Amino acid sequence: MKTTFLDFEQSVAELENKIEELRYVQDDSAVDISVEISHLEKKSLELTKNIYAKLTPWQISQVSRHPQRPYTYDYISGLFTDFQELHGDRAFADDLAIVGGLARFNGQSVMVIGHQKGRDTKEKIARNFGMPRPEGYRKALRLMKLAEKFNIPVITFVDTPGAYPGIGAEERGQSEAIGRNLFEMAQLKVPVICTIIGEGGSGGALAIAVGDVVQMLQYSTYSVISPEGCATILWKTAERASDAAEALGITATRLKTLGLIDKVVPEPIGGAHRDPQAMMATMKKSIADSLKVLKAKSVDELLESRFDRLMEHGKFKEEAAA
Amino acid sequence: MSWLQKLLPPKIKSRTTPNTSAVPEGLWSKCSACSAVLYRSDLENNLEVCPKCNFHNAVPARARLNQLLDVEGRYEIGSEVKPVDVLKFKANKRYSDQLTASAASTGEDDAMVVMQGSILSVPVVVAAFEYKFIGGSMGSVVGERFVRGVKVAIENDLPFICVSASGGARMMEGLNSLMQMAKTNAILTKLADKKLPFISLLTDPTMGGVSASFAFIGDVVMAEPGALIGFAGPRVIEQTVRETLPEGFQRSEFLLEKGAIDMIVDRRELRQRLADVLTLLNNQAAVN
Repeated sequence: MKTTFLDFEQSVAELENKIEELRYVQDDSAVDISVEISHLEKKSLELTKNIYAKLTPWQISQVSRHPQRPYTYDYISGLFTDFQELHGDRAFADDLAIVGGLARFNGQSVMVIGHQKGRDTKEKIARNFGMPRPEGYRKALRLMKLAEKFNIPVITFVDTPGAYPGIGAEERGQSEAIGRNLFEMAQLKVPVICTIIGEGGSGGALAIAVGDVVQMLQYSTYSVISPEGCATILWKTAERASDAAEALGITATRLKTLGLIDKVVPEPIGGAHRDPQAMMATMKKSIADSLKVLKAKSVDELLESRFDRLMEHGKFKEEAAA
Repeated sequence: MSWLQKLLPPKIKSRTTPNTSAVPEGLWSKCSACSAVLYRSDLENNLEVCPKCNFHNAVPARARLNQLLDVEGRYEIGSEVKPVDVLKFKANKRYSDQLTASAASTGEDDAMVVMQGSILSVPVVVAAFEYKFIGGSMGSVVGERFVRGVKVAIENDLPFICVSASGGARMMEGLNSLMQMAKTNAILTKLADKKLPFISLLTDPTMGGVSASFAFIGDVVMAEPGALIGFAGPRVIEQTVRETLPEGFQRSEFLLEKGAIDMIVDRRELRQRLADVLTLLNNQAAVN
């Protein structure tokens, strides 16, 4: 599949086009231009490295939404075996914006849950662009409680612009569904590992992201409001999104510095989609490491450290009352 | 309570909210719903509910606590917790300036006031949102005061009540604010472990990150009449679905019909209803 390049990667795109042309020429050419090709390939890699070394928060936001970025299903097939998808919330519907089921991770049973976006137009609509309705969150909770019952660790993948702001979603209690998940995940008696793989869109992301380890991919974002939404409120125009992205502090490295996430998982040069296999290998190791640490803890220890971690969130000062 | 404590003045003196409207505080007030011209003092005596049309006007946090709690034995919790501008957030205004300006106009230093006290002699801890403080938005201070309030409830075996009036999470503290949703709900699990009641009272408006965290986790969820309550704002929904919203959408009455809340309570009956529900939950004799 041909790589889709973002606006700020146009210089790389031009080089890659040139390389493509040369390869085409070489096929029926007597002159050997492979040296030239490998030279250009090197140059393209260097250029990508340079661009990615100084991405702005807004550019990272665009990488996090890259149409070829690996989604939850890609991680499921890349990291797990024997996936048995489980459907529905048992009350209203099966929300395709959140998928989940049983699987094996390094031979051991786990419950995998994640937001799922679509690849083509038809699938995007079916999956509502990864924006869950209440039944999606209730399905996620049902699977988590099932995992708890059978003492199976929960692994979640977060990638959503946000919970869906629709009429039906409100009628069926979007707020209650999200709040309930926060309440239950804070006390779920099994290890919970959460990874932001793309967009961590506000409450819709948090509703499956309360756990013992919360990690972010290097070029993912996690925010209280989308940069566009923030810009619309503050500057009355979505065009200031890049300023908003800067102000909100939504990148993995910034959030790690602020102590709001536990780990940054490095991505291949040019982002996860440029080398999905390398991405899978890094992710597999990262989850395996976390799981090993968490499985060594007793349930009480696990819940206590999860609770303490949640209580640490927030920055304020204390002054003696007047 | 000892006779000595009864003689002492309450620890917390009620602050009068500075008048922020352009019109000087007068004798008269016009109802924003039915345009009836009312005596200001009549409105106040009627708990800011219009005697003509029953419209429930907004109530500042401290006034709300004054309305709800018995006069004696009130203690403020968490007032030592103060906001900081951790992100050095700046758009067209600096967040730090906004904090100062909101403090000046509301007389509060953040969007929540928490007090221990009693309602018709039933001991409680009550948290109330100050909507006029940056839209009652929940940032680190609101989250921490909420937590400290619940902790006092747990230590003293008391029910916890939260009166919500909020636009949602506070943007200017970034992800810290989002995490307050998880933090507040985590402390509520401890309250639940001790089988202490959590009553959530939703008032106009309860939206976004506050609605989608503890607002619906109440053992009993009450709402004032006509309050706007929901996850996404009506304008955002309208722009997303490109449909006209149904009549009364996201109002208390709509939520009651959809099964999202237990009851709608007129503000003038609130003290009695809260006391009734709490004594019933605790298997105690009725109070009035």
